[in-house]
Amino acid sequence: MLAESLGLTAALFIIGVIGVLIHRNAIIIFMCVELMLTAVNLTFVAFSRFYGTAGQVFVVFVMTVSAAEAAVGLAIIISIFRHQQSVDLKNINLLRG
Amino acid sequence: MEPHYSLFYVFHFYLFGVIALASAVTFVTRKNPVTAALWLVNTMFSLAALYVMLDAQFIGVMQVLVYAGAIMVVFLFVVMLLNLGHPSELADVRGTGWKLAAGLVGLGLLSEIMVIIRTKLPQQLLVPPDFNEQQLQKLNAVGMIAEPLFRDYLLAFELTSVLLLVAITGAVVLGRGRAAGAR
Repeated sequence: MLAESLGLTAALFIIGVIGVLIHRNAIIIFMCVELMLTAVNLTFVAFSRFYGTAGQVFVVFVMTVSAAEAAVGLAIIISIFRHQQSVDLKNINLLRG
Repeated sequence: MEPHYSLFYVFHFYLFGVIALASAVTFVTRKNPVTAALWLVNTMFSLAALYVMLDAQFIGVMQVLVYAGAIMVVFLFVVMLLNLGHPSELADVRGTGWKLAAGLVGLGLLSEIMVIIRTKLPQQLLVPPDFNEQQLQKLNAVGMIAEPLFRDYLLAFELTSVLLLVAITGAVVLGRGRAAGAR
């Protein structure tokens, strides 16, 4: 089942990357990043099935980091929305040269 | 080597894998953030089922509680707070150039799948097939994670709590806004 898990991980990660590239809504892009993080978790769990349980500890860390990332990221999105009245990345070009 | 799996196990593994993939594809093609979030919750649930099938019961529970529960609720809450979803916001997907670039990146990563699946994994690092069952009986499903977490990775655990503190502070400062800060 290891090869199948790794294949599924890679497929989910690719779907996440494609989502980040094709969407303009900042919230959906954030959800795609969450999908990529979860896909990587599946790799850790699959390897921990065959190489010892320490991999599951890393999943806990990844979950914590992604929770922290979601909190800060959504706060940033809210404060951008206050300025722009939109979360469309097309309108967020303050730093463009 | 990998142990022999019953047909029942293999069937359900593929079933949940296909559900996860299909929901992810549906998720990424939606334009409405609420619909997308609900499809992502579906993906998270089937991944939780896969975790349980891979002998990571506690991680499966955490997946449902933390990801499908807490994080996705926060996303839906922000969508509700910002009152998105009126027609002008729904024109969301980028133009053809970006789609082409996304397709190329997807093809590149797809070739990596082939490499990953064919790779030879180091046999000498493999644990014996019944190692997980022994661990599960010696400790329990939670102890299997708690034992290394609070012994070998204690420093990382403490640093993670600092990270969470920083994230909470940052979220409060960013979310409070300028008007409230002036008062």
